Amino acid sequence: MSLQERTRRDAIGVGVALLNKLARSRAIDRFGLRKPAERAVFEATKTGFRTAGALSRRFAAASKPAAPSRLPAARGTGRFDLTPTEDQQMMVDVVREFAADVLRPAAAAADTACVTDPPVLESSAELGLSLIEVPEDLGGIVTERSAMTGVLVAEALAHGDMGQAVACLAPSAVSTAISLWGDETQQATYLPAFTGSSVPAAALALLEPRALFDPFELKTRSTGGLLNGVKSLVPRAAEAELFVIGAQTDAGPRLFVVEPDHPGVTIEAEPSMGLRAASLSRVILADVPAVPLGTVEDYAECVRLSRLGWCALALGTARAVLDYVTPYVNSREAFGEPISHRQSVAFMVANIGIELEGMKLVTYRAASRASQGLPFAREVALARRLCAEQGMRIGTDGVQLLGGHGFVKEHPVERWYRDLRAIGVLEGAVLV
Amino acid sequence: MINLETPRKFRAFVNQAHQVAAEMLRPNSRRYDLAEHDYPVELDMLAAMVDGLGASGNGSGAGASGVRRTAAAEDGVVNGSNLSSVLSIMEMCWGDVGLLLSMPRQGLGNSAIASVASDEQLKRFEGVWAAMAITEPDCGSDSANIRTTARPDGDDYILDGEKIFVTAGGRCDAVVVWATLDKSLGRAAIKSFVVMKDTPGMTVERLEHKLGIRASDTATIRFDNCRVPAANLLGSADIDKGFAGVMQTFDNTRPLVAAMAVGCARASLELTRELLSEAGVQIDYDRPTHHQPAAAATYLAMEADWEAAYLLTLQAAWMADNAQPNSLQASMAKAKAGRAANDITLRCVELTSTLGYSEHHLLEKWSRDSKILDIFEGTQQIQQLIVARRLLGKTSAELK
Repeated sequence: MSLQERTRRDAIGVGVALLNKLARSRAIDRFGLRKPAERAVFEATKTGFRTAGALSRRFAAASKPAAPSRLPAARGTGRFDLTPTEDQQMMVDVVREFAADVLRPAAAAADTACVTDPPVLESSAELGLSLIEVPEDLGGIVTERSAMTGVLVAEALAHGDMGQAVACLAPSAVSTAISLWGDETQQATYLPAFTGSSVPAAALALLEPRALFDPFELKTRSTGGLLNGVKSLVPRAAEAELFVIGAQTDAGPRLFVVEPDHPGVTIEAEPSMGLRAASLSRVILADVPAVPLGTVEDYAECVRLSRLGWCALALGTARAVLDYVTPYVNSREAFGEPISHRQSVAFMVANIGIELEGMKLVTYRAASRASQGLPFAREVALARRLCAEQGMRIGTDGVQLLGGHGFVKEHPVERWYRDLRAIGVLEGAVLV
Repeated sequence: MINLETPRKFRAFVNQAHQVAAEMLRPNSRRYDLAEHDYPVELDMLAAMVDGLGASGNGSGAGASGVRRTAAAEDGVVNGSNLSSVLSIMEMCWGDVGLLLSMPRQGLGNSAIASVASDEQLKRFEGVWAAMAITEPDCGSDSANIRTTARPDGDDYILDGEKIFVTAGGRCDAVVVWATLDKSLGRAAIKSFVVMKDTPGMTVERLEHKLGIRASDTATIRFDNCRVPAANLLGSADIDKGFAGVMQTFDNTRPLVAAMAVGCARASLELTRELLSEAGVQIDYDRPTHHQPAAAATYLAMEADWEAAYLLTLQAAWMADNAQPNSLQASMAKAKAGRAANDITLRCVELTSTLGYSEHHLLEKWSRDSKILDIFEGTQQIQQLIVARRLLGKTSAELK
């Protein structure tokens, strides 16, 4: 029975649908995921490597609905509560297991290869990552806004590895954008591919290569239905079958849907200090046809929800740092006792714990407001400020606590340091 | 369902507290800052009103006494008096921290009583304004090391020693005193006693002149052969179980002090934002801070720290309401709120230049008041020590 054939779900139905999805993801167990990436999409070590955009599948609307499907805001209980719903907890438990069993062991190799292993991407798709924000009448699994669920999932993934998490989440940024802001034709055309068995690579591209980048002043322009410009740090761009791209119009910046198999699309590898498993690239656009997605206001919401996604990733990786340094400082001895017996060391750990807890609550509040349909621009801005500042502080303290051992690749803290620098820099790419 | 907004059922109550702070505390703020040891007579009327608020509300503790932990009565998630207390204290301290600390019947001693008293004691001490006396001239953060002694004598204990920095110690009706039954037995022998003000042998020796919270009196109290009924000992009289009990009070009171810091810092942020706006600086939550004036970027960084402190405080109180162990989160809240409030209020003075530094506004006062919030009820360093021990699984003997 396909998802579309199901009768309308209530809250329990959503939980059951999730379970069913997750049961199939036992595929994880089958993978020999420790082996290094067999097939790199491109070799990032060759600087200046360029390729054409990937061939897209035929995206076509199966049927013509009368109006776009929109998720209603989650109904609040009016109570202060830090407990996830049962559905959220179930989802997080499975994603956490995936992050621990699959992403973490594969992290170093994926970082080196600048690519996330295809079986990892497939199994992440089987977890239903792109279904979290898609309404159930379009084949997704939710009946109301679920930015909060998106945050919990991104956090759990990044505890395993931020680079691979970004690679896994890249398609869902596109399906979420189309679900939230697409018209009925765009939803009918593109969403079935994301809810089917073979989820396409896809990317949300907002960044552009320049200092002091501002997502509300883009140089990529839309004129006469054609896009021109350069987008930067786009995950999995070389294999992407669909882009959602931010570009300036006379009315302000907006999102556009772009199918990359146009001769005007060029992909250029852009390996960076971190997030290497996400195969970051530039996307160069020369007179590429594009269809607008949503309004100028929707674009602003997209920027905010994407920043929220990055905050969630920061939470997961910062937690990984805390979980890693805690046993290390307890077992590492100097001057005849564990270094954790010294306040200068112990207080660094305490501050990691304190600031991480603060980052988490501020991020959760923003996500919860977004889910409930409350204004959340302020809360996202504060979460981003905190996660950029304290996330990086945690990254650098993580290396510091291991001393010279933190600086070498025997330990993952140097990778977390590189990944955490992305928070505050990155825009787009992920969306909750 | 995750939701970090003010609970619907507390909104009217929080608004009431805000009105009180705006109409009663703020207008008297500068006056009692200048007249340090004058009794703020306005508070008597206010206290009667606060008692009324506490009695009327659906579990809405209005102040320090609302921290008693009761078994969860309803099914599911509880939003109870710990949460309403921190929300109320935030509003009141947005008004004035010193005046909040002088609120009759809402002393930190009342929190101790609410936390550990038996039902009989709770009833007996109802309506008593209780201060908290822990610190001694030679003993501050290492509270297990106190020298004030309690010697059993018939049905009484005889207290001897000196306590300093007793908030509201001059004005209160009673003092909750920490004393040791046997100094050689360390922390296990420390007990807390409710000592009524008229008890012979107890004298208020002097009041301090302070950097901030001048509306609140800070007393030195001597106990000289002071006879206290055994029935006034809070918690168990057994030596082997006790210190955990008195320390447990802190799990409830640290979120309250964190709430004071959150309220005071919000006052500074709000006024600073107004003054920045008059100076032509607007805060934009969407544009990158690098494209905004440095003052706006500074403001955003401060507001982010504030938001973290605010939510950490609510979390610690919410956990207490839901009978979850919260020592770690209470210390995290106190550590973050204490340092954030001090940093925020001082930076607000810097941002607002002469307007901030002079007595025309209250910004300079808030930056003086905030300092104590990173000190009392456990200093910043003590909170870090507690957090570190919990995260690292260390004892106080291992991580000193």
